[in-house]
Amino acid sequence: MRKIMTGVLGAALAAYASTVWAGTLDDVKAKGILTCGTNPATAGFSVPDNDGKWTGFVVDYCRAVAAGVLGDATKVKFIPLNAKDRFTALQSGEIDILAHNATWTSSRDTSLGIIFAGTYFYDGQGFMVRKSDNIKSAKDLDGASICVSQGTTTELNLADYFRSNGMTFSAVGFADEDAVIKAYEEGRCDVFSADTSSLNAARIRMANAGDSVVLPEIISKEPLGPAVRQGDDQWLNIAKWTLNVMLAAEEFGVTSKNVDEMKDSDNPNIRRLLGVEGSFGKDVGLGETWSQDIIKQVGNYSEIFERSIGKESPLKIERGVNALWNAGGLQYAPPIR
Amino acid sequence: MVDITQPAHLRRAFSIYDKKIRAIVYQAGLVVSLAVVVTAIAIQTVSNMRQRGIPLTFDFWNQTAGFQINQTLIPYDTLSSYGQAFWVGVANTLLVSALGILLATILGFLIGISRLSHNWIVAKVATSYVEVIRNIPLLLQLLFWYNAVLKPLPAPKASIALPGGIYLNNRGIILPAVEFHAGAALVGMAIVAAAAFATAFSAYASGVQNRTGKQLPVLVVHLLLLTGLPLVAYVGAGSPWSFTYPELRGFNFRGGQQIYPEFAALLIGLSVYTASFVAEIVRGGIQAVSKGQTEAAHALGLPKGKTLRLVVVPQALRIIIPPLTSQYLNLIKNSSLAVFIGYPDLVQVFAGSVLNQTGAAVQVMAITLVVYLVISLITSAAMNAFNLRFALVER
Repeated sequence: MRKIMTGVLGAALAAYASTVWAGTLDDVKAKGILTCGTNPATAGFSVPDNDGKWTGFVVDYCRAVAAGVLGDATKVKFIPLNAKDRFTALQSGEIDILAHNATWTSSRDTSLGIIFAGTYFYDGQGFMVRKSDNIKSAKDLDGASICVSQGTTTELNLADYFRSNGMTFSAVGFADEDAVIKAYEEGRCDVFSADTSSLNAARIRMANAGDSVVLPEIISKEPLGPAVRQGDDQWLNIAKWTLNVMLAAEEFGVTSKNVDEMKDSDNPNIRRLLGVEGSFGKDVGLGETWSQDIIKQVGNYSEIFERSIGKESPLKIERGVNALWNAGGLQYAPPIR
Repeated sequence: MVDITQPAHLRRAFSIYDKKIRAIVYQAGLVVSLAVVVTAIAIQTVSNMRQRGIPLTFDFWNQTAGFQINQTLIPYDTLSSYGQAFWVGVANTLLVSALGILLATILGFLIGISRLSHNWIVAKVATSYVEVIRNIPLLLQLLFWYNAVLKPLPAPKASIALPGGIYLNNRGIILPAVEFHAGAALVGMAIVAAAAFATAFSAYASGVQNRTGKQLPVLVVHLLLLTGLPLVAYVGAGSPWSFTYPELRGFNFRGGQQIYPEFAALLIGLSVYTASFVAEIVRGGIQAVSKGQTEAAHALGLPKGKTLRLVVVPQALRIIIPPLTSQYLNLIKNSSLAVFIGYPDLVQVFAGSVLNQTGAAVQVMAITLVVYLVISLITSAAMNAFNLRFALVER
């Protein structure tokens, strides 16, 4: 009995001691693997294939972080999380970084103990309806029942949109996105509402994809980006600049194929990006080749966009606002200098 | 060493070899170490939250929730607060739990008694029910009821029309809504009066039976009172209520009362599942009543139905009530599986949407735990009081 008691006490103290804060970078290096929280199965963004290998746009972002930090893009453990659990998983330290289709909002950035590290995809909320219902505009949705994912900005935007347009609706919420899609497919709701990227991703998985149509209205801004825990500036910098490396690489024409030749480039921007000149790698707390590893192993922004969700993928999403700033879009990496 | 051959008051006052003192020391030690563990966890949690800038207040309670809930027993709209969303969740949990307990009890008693029937078919049907239902996980049953039975119903435009203005479709059952007019209170009073008269008559009848042995037709009088009186009041007040019928407009039915498929699936699933356990408890309770009791009742000339109702079941109840309480508590807790089929119960609304929109994980989870604890303790206290009434009175 007494032994059990001392055991309990000892274990409690040990647990207490082990939760004392250490930098995420050191943790990840010590573990030798990056733990990344991602969507359970969103076509184009993150999907495990039959062998359990994850592919997709946000998956590649995690791979890029792993390449930069550990020098090896394959050293990632993916934790599938639904919308309801994703922030808690990050808060509690179950994952090192959250790469989900999570919208960057003020309250999430300031009151959840997490912080967003940029926008990897500019999105907006839309509506999917059945063609047979003959709806041309979201303004015709008065009285509709709408399937949504719980704990998302979708849930809140819907209420705002219907209220400001003097319309009513009935929400059917599920914790899990698959359940939302299933409920819509089986006719429980008239409308499936989510970010348009998710609507398109869901549609290519539906049995009768041709029966549904996405309405033209976009009712919100949904900047999707990676998030890390608050209070670890170094790790925030790594998350932020991993994305910027990929954007800058696209801007300066550095790809996974030509990165080695580009080291000899005369362009000082490229030289600083690839760590040939300056101290970019050292400044973020990593080796001088970290950006080369990211580009070589994962690719620049355009490469991961096109192969996962763009031209080369079944989703065929246009670059649109996700084009670089100098091509009419919003994607913009601050200067590396 | 304590000399245990000596009477207690002669032994030395304090000794760790004394069983009693040892027990106290161990228990005190356990309490202290538990307190240390709990405090350590609390301190750690608070400091972690502070470090990461997560607020540890209940300020969110009065903030606007901004999301919609389809089934609400109490007033709620998207401008309501998170606090109101909490009460919506509590009310929905209580509704499905109370109805579930009622249905599971009725169904469970019927099946439990059927298992002991001398009719071979009835007994086998009841046995198969119990064996099939209690061996399949509840979650699978809920998903079955929701996905395989309720959702494949036709879309609103192709609803199945039932008599009386009732429609059945994949959005649920749509019933005519009752609208009360002046005079409706009279009917309400008539129902109360009828119930009072019925209770009084029962007391009178049992008095008569105790004195003279004569049995009065209690059931017939009850039926007459409980249907007749309200009916007279209804006609007398000039039909004080009317129905508004649902009609298909736009996407869905407008007007009328809607029973959502999520609610129906959860209620059916919980009742059917728990009934299989209740049935086994009832069967066990009845079989535990000695056969001699039945034989004695038969020898006195009591027919089968009365033997069961007056002799066997009252004795069986004493055995049935304690395990039945556990099943009721299980049902209440299992109602939280609502989350998988989208029924807006406490866990779905509060520990789901509210937690996510506010990020107040610690506060929300703590409140949710307390609510389940309180509901369970109240249920258990009520059942214990009920049990006390049925307990064998030993003289």
